[in-house]
Amino acid sequence: MKPRQQRMLAVGLAVAGIAIATMLTLQAFKENMMFFVEISEVSQGNYPEDRNFRVGGLVVEGSVKRQTGKLDVAFDLTDLNNKLTVNYAGILPDLFREGQGIIAHGRLNDSGVFVADEVLAKHDENYMPPEVAESLAKAAAAQEAAMQAEQPAQ
Amino acid sequence: MAKFIAPLIFFALLLGVFLKGLDPERDLKKLPSPFLGKEAPGFDLPRLKNPDERVTSQDYAGDVALVNFWATWCVGCRQEHAFLMELSRETEVPIYGIDWRDQREPALKWLQQLGDPYVASGFDVDSVTGINWGVYGAPETFLIGKEGRVLYKHLGPLNRSIWESEFVPLIAAEEGKQE
Amino acid sequence: MIPEIGHFALILALSLSLCQGVLPLLGAHRNDAAMIAVARPAATGQFVFIAVAFVCLTLSFLQSDFSVLYVANHSQLSLPTPYKISAVWGAHEGSLLLWVLLLAGWTVLVCRYSSELPERFSARVIGVLGFLSFGFLLFTLLTSNPFERLFPAPADGADLNPLLQDPGLAIHPPMLYIGYVGFSVAFAFAIAAMISGDLDQKWARWTRPWTTWAWLFLTIGIALGSWWAYYELGWGGWWFWDPVENASFMPWLIGTALIHSLAVTEKRGLFKSWTLLLAIAAFSLSLLGTFLVRSGILISVHAFAVDPERGLFILAFLTVVIGGALVLYAWRAPGLDSEAGFRAMSRETFLLCNNVLLVIATALILGGTLAPLFVELLDGSKISVGPPYFEIAFAIPMLPLVYLMAIGMHTAWRSQAPDSLFAKLRMPAVIAIVAGVLIPVVFYGGGGAMLFAGVIAGVWVMIVSAIDPIRSWRRSAGTAGITRGGLGMSVAHFGVGMFVIGVSVVSAYTVEADRSLSIGDRAEIAGYEFELRGLRNAQGPNYQALEGEIDIFSDGDFVGQLRPQKRTYLVQQSPMTEAGIDAGWNRDLFVALGDPLGNDTWSVRLQYKPLIRFIWLGAFIMALGGLIAASDRRYKLTARARERVNIAEGKPA
Repeated sequence: MKPRQQRMLAVGLAVAGIAIATMLTLQAFKENMMFFVEISEVSQGNYPEDRNFRVGGLVVEGSVKRQTGKLDVAFDLTDLNNKLTVNYAGILPDLFREGQGIIAHGRLNDSGVFVADEVLAKHDENYMPPEVAESLAKAAAAQEAAMQAEQPAQ
Repeated sequence: MAKFIAPLIFFALLLGVFLKGLDPERDLKKLPSPFLGKEAPGFDLPRLKNPDERVTSQDYAGDVALVNFWATWCVGCRQEHAFLMELSRETEVPIYGIDWRDQREPALKWLQQLGDPYVASGFDVDSVTGINWGVYGAPETFLIGKEGRVLYKHLGPLNRSIWESEFVPLIAAEEGKQE
Repeated sequence: MIPEIGHFALILALSLSLCQGVLPLLGAHRNDAAMIAVARPAATGQFVFIAVAFVCLTLSFLQSDFSVLYVANHSQLSLPTPYKISAVWGAHEGSLLLWVLLLAGWTVLVCRYSSELPERFSARVIGVLGFLSFGFLLFTLLTSNPFERLFPAPADGADLNPLLQDPGLAIHPPMLYIGYVGFSVAFAFAIAAMISGDLDQKWARWTRPWTTWAWLFLTIGIALGSWWAYYELGWGGWWFWDPVENASFMPWLIGTALIHSLAVTEKRGLFKSWTLLLAIAAFSLSLLGTFLVRSGILISVHAFAVDPERGLFILAFLTVVIGGALVLYAWRAPGLDSEAGFRAMSRETFLLCNNVLLVIATALILGGTLAPLFVELLDGSKISVGPPYFEIAFAIPMLPLVYLMAIGMHTAWRSQAPDSLFAKLRMPAVIAIVAGVLIPVVFYGGGGAMLFAGVIAGVWVMIVSAIDPIRSWRRSAGTAGITRGGLGMSVAHFGVGMFVIGVSVVSAYTVEADRSLSIGDRAEIAGYEFELRGLRNAQGPNYQALEGEIDIFSDGDFVGQLRPQKRTYLVQQSPMTEAGIDAGWNRDLFVALGDPLGNDTWSVRLQYKPLIRFIWLGAFIMALGGLIAASDRRYKLTARARERVNIAEGKPA
């Protein structure tokens, strides 16, 4: 090969390499971008289907149920407006407690139960995860708006 | 030439994003309280100091009152405690404490050591009241009006400047209302 | 009294830093020797006062003076003494104090070892460092005073976060900060060079050892952080691509690029403007990391308490420092690069590839880290980017880098004849391919494209890195041996190889299972059997724990006993999982207690992690390589030259 052809080949290979690498990276980004969905949104059916997303809320008091001797656990999450049942098989984080704000990540199954593959609790008891706090506030605001909308009718 | 200015432009864009990201609107402390202006949820809890007696929201019915959620595990509570002590000495507004998701023994020790600014403290071990009131984290302080409505809610440690800028005018307006 | 002394010392340090930041720069501009002479005494004085403040805060911790708010919030009477000391930098205010102390420390070292540099130049360097220190001290005093009092003082403190009560985490932040702050020296040299407009190769020569020192501490700091996360926090993970981890990793990547690019600039006078930009970027990313961690703008498990006011201050500081540096760059950099050429087959080309790939990796990580912020600002939805993105985005540029690295280190400057290079590397390549395929197949019974690619790359780099040191060692007396710089490079690259092998094998062959175990039950993973023998209560200085006893067997032989704990720290009443780890050079067995499931049954997480120690060992060997290179005699010329000057002037050496 002449030097000119060599250079062309090198440039061609580099361009092809970069194109493939860019494609792979974008693909990886799309696949691993997870949305945080508020519980009220989930109960209205507004959630990404066939892919993982995250939900957050307070663990409802008295809702944590385990089968004796099994790893499977079920609990309800609430944004004080709607509830969502979460199933999880595995070890819960140290700070998982009833009444605590947590984040779960996984997907919704056909019967409307959220099957989590990861449950996170912030290692700081002072405040709950910011996403959770904000979704609680939004749910409350929605509730308030709904009540105001009803009032004129009364 | 352009390639030497490119880093500067890139940095300026990032700065813009960060500035927007720091927007106080995103600040959680400014979140609207679902109960603002609404009737406060009310509570009925065993007293911290004397578990056989109860403290309820009826105790302050008709008065302006503060309801402060605190806990011994909470760093911010320690921070605001000194100010609550001052407040209890210098204002007429009763402060009701709600010891939230805490243990009785350290909580009693806490009040003994740091002083007790509260008219009474309810003991909310399982956070039933906390959830009813939409508490995100301790400390959190609610200002309750004469008709039992939430006039203001402060997230995080209370201090004098917040007290004077946010609470005092609201209290004055509320007190003045019926005169 | 002690806290007030500390506070006062900080204020004095602030005023000195202002002198140090303004007078030498002005003096260098006007060529005023008196003003220039302020630089060194001001820097020394500043260091002394910050050290006084630091000692005062440490004393307050040791005396459990809970009238200091910061102490009350982060310590407790029964906290073990070593953690009372490490609690000093356990949270925002104190870690900032550590930061300014280290900055002042670096500055004093620069003063000490810059006497051979032109006076005006070193005055500018010290002036820039003084200005940086002024910014941080002002930040500390205005928004984060560690000496704030709390009245009335509580009888006991709120305790240090239990996660931080660990030897690994006690030394991790100082190491990390030495590295972060160390990049400020390279930054200051770059700024000083741009102000003076004197951007020849000497600048790169002076900067090199400082950059290497900072880089090696950052390497150790990151490795310690990863190790800590592994046994304390992560349920067995060693890197989470958390925003705070990324914040420390990005300066490391750019710092690595800078070290390599400085080599080209020093030896060949090429890439000058690029090297300048990297010197600015390495420190800017350190600052950016601080901003991300302390402003709460990104959500992270590691983040300090959220405070937008602090965020705004750091952002303003970033604007001045980075913005100023980049304006200066846009003004000075054009026309800097010489026309000197190099062949496609030369070390310059490989180092260029190194830089490009490292910068791409950094950009992809930065993009992934900031993506949640961008998306939220664009359409209000909240997203998070999962670790697999970062793994792929990092592997794509890094794998080619590792392959090219091995060739680059044996390629000559300017031009390399392909034939001799091929002859030298042919055998190692064959061995690497054979070993890279055989190791997974023989030891782990399987393979995969990524695994083979990773192990071949690792073996390849390790063998090739050993060629020159071994040849040099075997050579008879009289012939020139390998230089310290060359040896350092070989050792560091050898570490990279180990790291790559470790990562590849751990990723492919980790076995992880959550099991429920009753007393007497056995569970099996990866050929090891775990038997829960019993549970008992254990008592620590400031915690109570439930301790499991788990015996491990392999083919019926007893391997060892692990005692994982579930701790409850008394003051904060926070639960903590303390894993039990049986460490070996070729594998770790990891056991963590989960939750009680009733009927004396517990959930237990069992893990088998092959070659995980290679990850940290590789990182420490990289740092060792840095240490060897930084101690190269070439850089000590200044010290010897100084002695000569002293002798000539009749001073004692």
